[in-house]
Amino acid sequence: MTRPVKLACRHVWKIYGPHPERLLGNAPTLEAIRASGHVGAVRDVSLAVGEGEIFVIMGLSGSGKSTLVRCLSRLVEPTGGEILYDGEDLLKASPARMIEIRRHHMGMVFQHFALLPHLTVLENVAFPLEVQGLARAAREARAREVIGLVGLQGREGHFPRQLSGGQQQRVGIARSLAVEPDLWFLDEPFSALDPLIRREMQEEFLRIQKQLKKTIVFITHDFDEAIRLADHIAIMKDGALVQVASPEELVLAPADDYVRAFTAHVSRAKVITLGRIATKGVPAGVAGTLPAEARVETVAEQVVTAGRPFAVEREGAVIGHVTPQAVIDVLIGRGT
Amino acid sequence: MRLWPAIWAALAAAALALALWARLPAGWLWPPQAMHLPMAGWITAGMAWLTDTAAIGPVTFKDLTRGIAAVIEAPYDAARVLLVDGITEGKGRKATVLVPPLSWVAVTVAAVALGHYAKDLALGLLAGALMLYLAVFDQWDSAMVTLASIAIAVPLGVAGGLGLGIAAWRWRWVERVLSPVLDLMQTVPTFAYLVPVLVLFGFGPVSALLATVIYAMPPMVRVTLVALRAVPSEIVDFADMAGCTQTQRMRKVMLPVALPDLMVGVNQVIMLSLNMVIIASMIGAGGLGADVLASLRRLDIGGGIESGLAITALAIVLDRLGQALAAKAGGVRAAEGSWPRRHPRTVLVLAVILASGVLGLLVPAVQDWPKDWTVTTKPFWADLMEWINVKYYEQLEALRVWVLEHVMLPVKGFLLALPWPLVVGVATLAGWRLGGLRLAALAVALGLFLAATGLWEQAMITLYLCGVSVAIAMALGVPLGILAASSERAGKVIGTVVDTLQTLPSFVYLIPVVMLFRVGDFSAMIAVVLFALVPAVKYTAHGLRSVPEELVEAGVVSGATRWQILRKVRLPMAVPMILLGLNQTILLALSMLVITALVGTRDLGQEVYIALTKADVGRGLVAGLSVAAIAILADRLIGAAAKDAKARLEGGT
Ligand SMILES: Nc1ncnc2c1ncn2[C@@H]1O[C@H](COP(=O)(O)OP(=O)(O)O)[C@@H](O)[C@H]1O
Ligand SMILES: [Mg+2]
Repeated sequence: MTRPVKLACRHVWKIYGPHPERLLGNAPTLEAIRASGHVGAVRDVSLAVGEGEIFVIMGLSGSGKSTLVRCLSRLVEPTGGEILYDGEDLLKASPARMIEIRRHHMGMVFQHFALLPHLTVLENVAFPLEVQGLARAAREARAREVIGLVGLQGREGHFPRQLSGGQQQRVGIARSLAVEPDLWFLDEPFSALDPLIRREMQEEFLRIQKQLKKTIVFITHDFDEAIRLADHIAIMKDGALVQVASPEELVLAPADDYVRAFTAHVSRAKVITLGRIATKGVPAGVAGTLPAEARVETVAEQVVTAGRPFAVEREGAVIGHVTPQAVIDVLIGRGT
Repeated sequence: MRLWPAIWAALAAAALALALWARLPAGWLWPPQAMHLPMAGWITAGMAWLTDTAAIGPVTFKDLTRGIAAVIEAPYDAARVLLVDGITEGKGRKATVLVPPLSWVAVTVAAVALGHYAKDLALGLLAGALMLYLAVFDQWDSAMVTLASIAIAVPLGVAGGLGLGIAAWRWRWVERVLSPVLDLMQTVPTFAYLVPVLVLFGFGPVSALLATVIYAMPPMVRVTLVALRAVPSEIVDFADMAGCTQTQRMRKVMLPVALPDLMVGVNQVIMLSLNMVIIASMIGAGGLGADVLASLRRLDIGGGIESGLAITALAIVLDRLGQALAAKAGGVRAAEGSWPRRHPRTVLVLAVILASGVLGLLVPAVQDWPKDWTVTTKPFWADLMEWINVKYYEQLEALRVWVLEHVMLPVKGFLLALPWPLVVGVATLAGWRLGGLRLAALAVALGLFLAATGLWEQAMITLYLCGVSVAIAMALGVPLGILAASSERAGKVIGTVVDTLQTLPSFVYLIPVVMLFRVGDFSAMIAVVLFALVPAVKYTAHGLRSVPEELVEAGVVSGATRWQILRKVRLPMAVPMILLGLNQTILLALSMLVITALVGTRDLGQEVYIALTKADVGRGLVAGLSVAAIAILADRLIGAAAKDAKARLEGGT
């Protein structure tokens, strides 16, 4: 199930302060950076994001998530390291090439929406296309299409201030999708929203992603959000990566106490997949077939109600079966 | 910490003793001749070199100034054609008008339409009524000359300020270069701008316009920089992520998002331009300012008041329209449809311009307000003044003499009797206490600069007039501010008065004062107090109002009376704000002081004024820079004190 790498970074540093480049030569520790009056916003981060996956970067506020994602899109110039987009080192790209890449291959959604207050919804969404020099009719047609995708038909003529927070972020999402990017950055897109709306937006986001299959770097400080959405989660602390893993691995094998503190209160059923609890072989009389990636929580009711085992398959091949008992064990936290 | 109060008291006592009894050896009272640097000579020589020989390649400096003049002159001429002269054939008195300028009807309707567009019909009617006032009281022609200057100065000032502000935002080094220059420009008194401009560009409307633009531009630079910085970083990031080029980012994102803030700067440019265009009548601006100046020189009381009121009317129109436009910026946009449908007011105004222009050929009253219909208030004002002077001469004179003898002259005598090393020393000590070594070094440097100019006596007189005026302004302004903050109604009334005072160009303040008290230090002091009162009131009221409600409630709960709450809670909390008000009051007082040279003071302002009449750049600039030195020192000292007070409040002790 390994995907081709779409975006990778190697040993990326971002140090703020008077003389960041002087520090960099000898891989400074956090203490050394602080002692010299600098801030190590991103420290020696290496990661790889596979094509079509949702890669979540998680960490407390101030841990360097926004800086990292801005290094990946080169909004912030890293102090050192390499950023590889489809194998091309972005840090070596000319300004013109960067504009080109951002115009056609990248989209970004912001925590506080970053809508232009003087433009209508339609004009906001069409803005990235306008910048490219697309004719009015063409860009408005495309804008209406994505506005439809996020369910805001009928509000094209509104100004941002006339919309609720949730609606504003839908505009932000539509705008970032207007250019059909293949890399989609979202920096805490739902953090400014009420919990109920946030949940609704997460559903909406998953629905859109199912349709579009973008490569996504998603930032959040909310661990529940991370495990709901992520294929992989990278946990950051003080600018450095602590652990990169699937939600399941993270919960089952936290790398240290910092990660454990996040995972301690997460219900196992939310992260454990059928693949992990499947036993070899398929008994006679299974009630049906379920995918190995399905999380226990989402199929528990189905399995327990049926009262019979289900076959489990991964990429078309049957790898074993799950019993109602195994599902119940996960639900009540026995075993694992 | 009883030590420092004791030290200050001892210093004060020593100063008093020195002033009263000591016979100081020469060179101790005022800086000795040996210390003087012939700075004025240097500057004049530098200027002569500039105008006579300086050249970049084949382009001489003279060509450069001519070029700048031409750039300004063309649009100014166009504005005059539109508002004042029309298109004419021939010159001077024999000129025949081919196409008349905009009629009074057209300009008035345009004012109404602009008011309606900016806010509502009420504002439109106010603007229209004030324009009518100008016509009725026979101030139309002068007002249009002034308006033509402003119509050119404001776009130039805004564009220049915007350009520099954008550059400062883009490149750190531009900001680093500009920032101290702007600081200096805002403290150098207005008159001082006029001297070099006069020398470089000669006497006339173009010089006046140039001085106006230079004077009105600095706030726009600052506002632009602040407004661009205030654009949320996410929006800047978005612009980059959308793949904007630098130009696209500025034009399509930064400027539109910053527009509401930028409009505040535009409004400031408008008001400063009006102020300066009036003052610049001294180097040939013409219009209402020239009328006031002429009246002041002739002591023509009625004429002065009439022109002053006309300036006031124009100031109110410009201020209210500017503010409304600023508030509107970024608001809902025009309706859909064809151009005329989207711009009904523009269509109306264009129609009225055409119709009144054609009709005016048949009925002259439509073109120019008929002379027979004008009303003059000159005799009324003259009679009123006469009556006041006859009836209350003794009281007014008694007041004047009393204040002069008991307040002003003693202070003057005291300051003039202080040895200069003591003055510099005290300033340095204060700088050290309030702002550490850097501020102390600044105080020494500025003090020595003043000593080296050879203008120590004038500087001390400036200090005395400024000190007395500021003390009186604070004594009046702080209680008024307290009153304004204490009740909504009082706040509204005082707020309106203060806002109106603030829109008036500084020249206007001289008129009533000269009429009541004639020329001299006392008149100057009153004019300065009136002009500098505004920030004292405003900052006090603002400081009191922004005391956190919880603190007041805590006081109420613990059973404090209103008076106790004011004295023990509100006032102490408002001290930093009041200090900032004091700071502004001093800066305004210094800028006004220079203008009161017209009523015969003997301070640095007079030096600048004399230099202006003699077109002596060196003398004018040195005196102007001396005023700037005093202003900068006062600003930094009080700024440091305010910061100190604030830190102490927030530190909780
Ligand atoms: N422009 C900057 N200058 C100095 N320090 C910065 C700057 N931007 C971010 N930082 C610092 O870098 C650290 C990481 O910030 P950020 O990436 O915004 O964290 P997060 O998005 O995880 O909340 C913080 O300590 C922040 O103060
Ligand atoms: Mg962040």
